[in-house]
Parts: sequence; C-alpha cells; structure tokens
Amino acid sequence: MSNPFRSKHTHWGEWIAEWSIRLVASASIVVIFLIFVFVFREASSLFIPKKFVEAPSLSATSSPNAEMVPETYGEEPAVAETPTSGEEGAPGQFIYSPKNPHYPEIYNPDTGLLPADIDVVPADPEAEAPPVQIGLTENLTSNVWQPVGEVPKFGIIPLLIGTAKTTIIAILIGAPLGILAALYVAFFAKRWVREIVKPAIELLAGFPSVVIGFFCLVTVASFVQDITGLPYRLNAIVGGIGLSLAVIPIVFSIAEDALSSVPKSLHEASLALGSTEWQTAYRVMLPAAAPGVFAAVLLGVGRAFGETMIAIMATGNAPLSSWSPFEPARTVAATIGSEMGEVVWGSEHYGVLFFLGVLLFVVSFGLNAITELYVKKRFIKRFQGQ
Amino acid sequence: MMPNAAHSVPLPKRLLGFFAVLIAATAAFAVIGVILGMVGTFVFNGGSGVTWTFLSEFPRNSNTEGGIWPALAGTTFLVLLMTILGVPIGTATAIYLSEFARQDSWFARSVRFAVNTLAGVPSIVFGLFGVGFFVQFMGSGIDGFLGTSSFGDGSLIWASATLAVLTLPVVIVSVEESLRTVPRDLREASLALGATRWQTITKVVLPNAVTGILTGSILAVGRGAGEVAAIIFVGVTYSSESLPSAVTEKFMHLGYHLFVLSTQSPDVDKTLPLQYATTLVLLGLTFLLNLTAILIRSRLRKR
Repeated sequence: MSNPFRSKHTHWGEWIAEWSIRLVASASIVVIFLIFVFVFREASSLFIPKKFVEAPSLSATSSPNAEMVPETYGEEPAVAETPTSGEEGAPGQFIYSPKNPHYPEIYNPDTGLLPADIDVVPADPEAEAPPVQIGLTENLTSNVWQPVGEVPKFGIIPLLIGTAKTTIIAILIGAPLGILAALYVAFFAKRWVREIVKPAIELLAGFPSVVIGFFCLVTVASFVQDITGLPYRLNAIVGGIGLSLAVIPIVFSIAEDALSSVPKSLHEASLALGSTEWQTAYRVMLPAAAPGVFAAVLLGVGRAFGETMIAIMATGNAPLSSWSPFEPARTVAATIGSEMGEVVWGSEHYGVLFFLGVLLFVVSFGLNAITELYVKKRFIKRFQGQ
Repeated sequence: MMPNAAHSVPLPKRLLGFFAVLIAATAAFAVIGVILGMVGTFVFNGGSGVTWTFLSEFPRNSNTEGGIWPALAGTTFLVLLMTILGVPIGTATAIYLSEFARQDSWFARSVRFAVNTLAGVPSIVFGLFGVGFFVQFMGSGIDGFLGTSSFGDGSLIWASATLAVLTLPVVIVSVEESLRTVPRDLREASLALGATRWQTITKVVLPNAVTGILTGSILAVGRGAGEVAAIIFVGVTYSSESLPSAVTEKFMHLGYHLFVLSTQSPDVDKTLPLQYATTLVLLGLTFLLNLTAILIRSRLRKR
C-alpha cells in the first residue's frame, strides 16, 4: 500500500527506526548470499591452487606453491584456464579470472570482495606426497568413496545413488500417504475428526529428526528385518521409511492447503452435476489442486534428500554403488554429517565435503525456486486469472 | 438424472467409491498410528528411566551411566541464546513484510523468496555455513582482532547463531501471520487519531501481535531444541565435566547426546534404557513446545 502519511516523518528517530527495520529485513537475503559465498568458498579450495585461497593482502609469503600440481578439472567448476594476468603462477597453473561467471564474488583478488581469509589453510598431509595422483574430476566421478586411506578416493557416485535410492523410497511411501491423508482431511473427515487428525499429523513435523532416526534404528529396523529376513539390519528401505516420516507432514500440510484453497464453486458444481463426494474429491478437486500437490511433493523431495540425522542412523551408511533397496546406502547429507567431525579443516577431504554441501544447497535452492516461481504462478493463474 | 442418484449407481462403482474413501481414511489413520506407535514405544520403554536423578545428574562412566543434566542445560542455553539472536531479526523482518512493504515491490518479493528458500535449505548446509562463516570467518576474525583464541572454534555462541539463522523462517512466518490478524481498522483508527506509522506499529499493532511473536519463538525453540545436524560441528560436544560458563565454550545437547549414545557408544545395548529415557525427554520437550504453539495459534485463528 502506498503511504499517504509519509509527510508525517517529522521525527528523525522514527525515520531511522523504520529504515533499520528495512535493513534488518534484508537479513534473509544476506544470509542466502552468505551461504552461497561461504559454502562455495570452502568447497572452492578444491578447484583452485591454494595460493588463491590465501588472501594476497594477508600472506606476505605468497610464493608460488611449487608442490601444488595442477590437476585437470572437468566442466563442473569451470574455472577459467586462461592465464590472464601476468601473475607469478607456475606454468599451467589455473589463474583466477575476474570474468569467471561461476564464482564472481568468491575469490576476487582485485575487488577484494573476498574478506581476508584469516585462517591459513593447513597443508594437506595427504596431498603433499600422494603415491598415485588421481585427477580430481576423475576422482569425484569414480565409484569408490574412501576418504581415509593412502590414496583418498572421493567418488561421489555411490553417495548420489544412495541419496536417490532413499529419497525415491521415501517419496514412494510418503507422497501417497501425505496426499491421501490430505484428501481425507479436506473432504471426507467429519469436522471433529479433522480437528484431531490435522494437528496430530502437523505435530509429526515437530518431531526432532534424531528421534525419528532413533525410532528407525531400534524399532523399524527390527520390524523390517523380521518381515523380510534381510541380512542387513539397516538398509535403504529402513532409511526410506524413516525419511518418509519426515516427508509426510510436509506433503500433508502443503497438499491440504492446496486442496482447501480450490474454490468451493468447483466442488459445488461437481456435486450439482450428480457426481458423488469421492468422485468430486478425486476427479475434480485433486486435478484442480495439482500444481499445489506437485509443489508439496517437490518440497517433500527437498526434505528427504537433505535430511541428515535419519539418514545417518537408519540407512546403514555404507557407500555402495548398488540400486538394491535391500542393501545399505549412504546419502550425501549423511556423509557430510558423519565425516565433517573428524576431517582436518582445510584438507582436500574437507573441501570435498563442502562440495557435497554445495550440491545439497544448489538442489534445494532449485527445488524451492521451481515451486516458488513456476508452481505458485500456475496455481494462482488457474484460479484468479480466469 | 434420476432424483435418487445414489441408487442408480451400479454396485461396482459404489464399491469403488467406498474404497476411494476407505483408502484416504486408512492413509490418514496409518500416519496417526505410526505417530502413536512412536510415542508409545518411547513412553513404554523410557518412562521408568526419566527420574529426577536422571534429569539432574551428570553422565558417568563415559556416558554409560548417570543422567543428562549437562545436555539439558546445554540445550536450554543454546535455545535461549538462539532466541535472543534470532527472534528480534525475525520479528523485524515480519514487521517489514506486513507493515512497510509494498507487496509487489522488488525488495519485498526478494525477501519473501529468501525466507522461503531459507526454510528449504537442508539443516546440514546450515552446519557447513556455521563452520565456514561463523567459526572460520567471524570467529577467527574476532580472534585476530582482539588477540584472543577463544572464538575461532565451535562454541555455544556460534551454534546459537547457526540455529538462529536456521529458525529465522519459522519466526518470520509465524509473526507475520499474527500481524495480519490485527484488524486494519485498528491501524486506520490509530493513524486517523494522528499517530505516526511508527507509533501505530509500536503502540497498536505490536501489542496485538505479542502472542504471534510468542508462538514464533516457541516454534523456533522447538525446532532448535531438536536440531542436531546443524550444530554437529559448530560447538556441540559429547561429554563435558561442567556446564558451559561462557558463550565461547563447548556444550552438550540432548539430541546430539541421543545420537552419540545410540550410534557411537561402544556398548549400545547397555545404554538402551538411557537412550529411551533421553528420547522421551527430548520428544516430550519438543512435543510440549509445539503443542503450546499449535494451541495458541488455533486460538489466534479463531479470533
């Protein structure tokens, strides 16, 4: 709303107060930006020679790191390869390019946008004299995740498979349950039943994930093993069930919102044409609310693949490259959660874990952007644009 | 159409309809059943373990005996500090979104988008952010500036800051919702009486939105109390001899304590009663907080 009272700003104190509120309101944007910058920054130590991670202003001893053997990078990081400036880089060393669109704000020695990197990155003991050199891209796309060892192997393929496996199971269980429960609450339940069922399922959203993980660990795992007789007590199925418990309340409340925001006139028109309540619910209301329900499932996916504690506790945590749901799995988030504690800060392993964090952040950002920009627009257009 | 439509529907179709409703009801009650089963398991197995000594004692014998007092206290310190850091920012953002912003303005839309994005970021990423920004950048920066060495490691203050960021969307959404329930008439009456916009907000709108701020804080505390992934490398510790006496010390946390007991302990079976009791305390705590928030909120909605 436009403000007809703007002329009343006679008090400077109020003017300052209002603008500080505006300023504080930008905190969320700033935080998103900082997450971008700082998670990317730590991950970026993988892709650039360490020289550029150390701020040039701080380290007077920024001699060319001769032992840093340049590695071949794939298309992913897209670090500019052209030695643009006449810096003291060793031949073939990757030189930072200010034009690089991928990391414009992260390590720009010219604009100084990167605040001084105070903690000097400790030399990586493993990287100094590795018996066999493996190219980083090759390493990341390999099939073995074995971060501790003579030759650390950072193949993220098994982690991606594990994440996909458990997320798919979680969604296959959680999405139908959430949507059906939402249909029930929105159309079939009696009023007093709805008043109990809805807050009860919403309470599930408040369950700490470590509690759900523990429940899977002690109860669900035994239950599943009793039924299936699998050799592994913890496996992708148990993890998937656990994650579905985190997914259900999200799918439920967003789908329920979407279903009950479909205009009543559609409901009444359908009934007036002679269809029954269930036909109306399944064939008129559900399709009408489809974009919202789709958004609910997308956010459920975001929750499932980013969930850490349930994944650590219930999946068995073995980085296998197997799509079998009956074998243990290890997700990207669980890997960060279980290894970050022991890792040497600044080492290659540390960088890889942050790289995994970047993956999580980018995917969740993308999912949210899709729901925000695409789905909501469709939903609004459908009911207000006509 | 015949007047009595239901009888004209052939039997298979009526059966189909019956099953359609039955399936939806089954789904809803299956979820409720799982929730009850989960709560029941913990109450049944952990109920007898939750005693006063359990709540008030330090863990002994490398977490295999004793109580959870430091974890309980650490969690309390954590969420208190988190509330102090996060709720004012969240409230200010909500005031901006509801009172100042033109809803179609570029800035307001960006703030909204950022809040929604923040709500969807996995908590482990917040943990990484805590390490990268709070500990490594801010902490080391403060150390470098003051010449101290206490900030550059994970500690209570950085864990609280990380959780404050994580729970920001919870506070914002909840406070904004309650601000919207304050009738427009009140604002207009205040403005018409000659109050400035700032006076209207502080004297008329905010007092009416106190319950919303309270709800937001309670929900945030509930979320923060149970959150483990975000603080796992930002200052939580699995064992401590004393309660933290400064914000730069490490602390114990209920959720992390449960995680350690159930996965990292050398003898997991031996500590099973402790695990159940810890779970029950943690669940009871978050459950009560969320229930309070839901009740306040439903009263607010009716108004």
